[in-house]
Amino acid sequence: MADQPEMMVGRPDDARITEEVLAPLWERTRRGWWWLLAISGAGVVLLIVTVTYTLWMGPGVWGTNIPVAWAYPIINFVWWIGIGHAGTFISAFLVLLNQRWRSSINRVAEAMTLFALVNAGLFPLLHLGRPWFFYWLLPYPTRFQVWPQYKSTLPWDVAAVSTYFLVSLLFWYLGLVPDFATARDRAPTRFRRRVYGVFALGWRGAAEQWQRHRITYLLLAGLATPLVISVHSVVSLDFAIALLPGWHSAIFPPYFVVGAIFSGLGMVLVLLLPVRAVFKLKDLITDAHLDALAKLILVTGWMLTYSYVIESFLAWYSGDLFERYTYLFARPFGAYAWVYWSMTAVNVLVPQLFWWKRLRRNPVVLFIASLLIVLAMWAERFVIIVTSEYHDFLPSSWHFYAPTWVDWGILLGSVGLFVFLFLLFLRFVPAIPLGETKKLRYQLEHEEAR
Amino acid sequence: MRTGLYAEFESPDAMLAALRALRERGIERLEGFAPYDVPGLIEAVGVRRSRIPAATFVGGLFGAVAAFLIQTYANAWHYPLNAGGRPTFAVPSFIFSTFEGMVICASFAAVIAFLISLRLPELWHPAFEVEGFDRVSTDRFFVGVDDRDPLYDPAAQTRLLEELGATHVYRVGGR
Repeated sequence: MADQPEMMVGRPDDARITEEVLAPLWERTRRGWWWLLAISGAGVVLLIVTVTYTLWMGPGVWGTNIPVAWAYPIINFVWWIGIGHAGTFISAFLVLLNQRWRSSINRVAEAMTLFALVNAGLFPLLHLGRPWFFYWLLPYPTRFQVWPQYKSTLPWDVAAVSTYFLVSLLFWYLGLVPDFATARDRAPTRFRRRVYGVFALGWRGAAEQWQRHRITYLLLAGLATPLVISVHSVVSLDFAIALLPGWHSAIFPPYFVVGAIFSGLGMVLVLLLPVRAVFKLKDLITDAHLDALAKLILVTGWMLTYSYVIESFLAWYSGDLFERYTYLFARPFGAYAWVYWSMTAVNVLVPQLFWWKRLRRNPVVLFIASLLIVLAMWAERFVIIVTSEYHDFLPSSWHFYAPTWVDWGILLGSVGLFVFLFLLFLRFVPAIPLGETKKLRYQLEHEEAR
Repeated sequence: MRTGLYAEFESPDAMLAALRALRERGIERLEGFAPYDVPGLIEAVGVRRSRIPAATFVGGLFGAVAAFLIQTYANAWHYPLNAGGRPTFAVPSFIFSTFEGMVICASFAAVIAFLISLRLPELWHPAFEVEGFDRVSTDRFFVGVDDRDPLYDPAAQTRLLEELGATHVYRVGGR
């Protein structure tokens, strides 16, 4: 890799790396952190209020209604879980491909995955209508002897999402064990030493421990990589299994996986850029990292563009009246045409900025572009879901869909919960893997000496 | 290792050199402690085979078989449900949950085998009593000589370790 020397600016020694990464854990709480926590905390309150209201009144308080039987909860579910995929992509795919530059950003990316999944899990549950019966989806021996129907995609979702959450949690925690040990040994107070000590499980950095840690980490990476692809394929099959024009398409699994990683890379940058600036981590999260992430956005952006083209082409090529109507009329010229065109414009054109090296390394450009991508990918799911439903086969049942304040409240509240959890993560957990970063430094030094 | 000699070094290369020197003298029960996965460390203390991959494989196999059988039992045998005339034993539909069952059981098997093989969690360990050992997670490197080694000789090996560049050598345990 030509960018190798830039994976780390200078060669900070082990003590310096430790101090730099652990500083946010020990320093006095910043005022800005409290402000953000308060704002996102308000979002959490909004989430609790709107969810409670939904549970009390029933899903009729949403805008969701026939023919638009799937709306905000499913859009939000697909959006959040897609965001999560980039975290696993960075932490698992890139480990297997031996891309060492990932080591300083993988912790943040994995934390993003976990918190996105917390939100993603919430929406299908709410969408059940009677979430208190969620356990009917699990294969347990019920007294009335009814089992989940495994020919339906809903139990697939349950298996995929719960597996994904638990495996991501294991993977994240396994990577954290040595870093909790460092936090234990550097903690200023006895109480924190004990808390981090419990989480560190008694790690002492013995040769055998490192060897087994490496083996287990690689095994989990190898399992998580196909898992990501399977999870979003299942999510896409929720749609593709249905016979609705706009959903019933064989391109959906790869198309969804690519879109998921594209949106998640955007979210990684949205989180990483402020963290890097506020905690002054520019020597560990370097311009080369931003550059590599921007290139990945460009690549996945093109794959997504290709999917858009093929999707519309196949609708025309099928010769089917309803397919053609949905793709070639209802979406580009229907009631939600402005959503369709703005999402297409952002997802197709914004990644093209990253042909230029200067733009790939400009934090302001990157931040704005990434934020636009994250929002446009939400709009993409809106287009896929709502525009396929609102004009169905029978014109007499056509119906314009509009979300209610409860829909918006749950969406904004889930963003609040995500930011809230992420802020707690930054305050209490080492945000950059210490062991991996030090190993990278060691390897770079030895390569230079040779 | 638990008790024996703990020698502190300031660089990974000095630690690796000391481990190699001790091995050349026929000492087998060695340990290295480092803040990161120093390349070559496990070779220097003597490679020990790990059964974690085998445990992961068994876990994955169990998960896949169990998930497939649960679905088959529920949908094809115990309560066959006719959904639009589709076959009740619908293997393609069962593949996703089978795959997820494989992944989740394999992952838990890997992590549980990791913990068992290292006897973690173990919140206290004799090494933590060594002065300065709390820096092993930051920027110090320790060489351990286990007192169960037949060639264990604290006085001579302390001298040897100091010659090899150890800044301090600590003796833990009575032997």
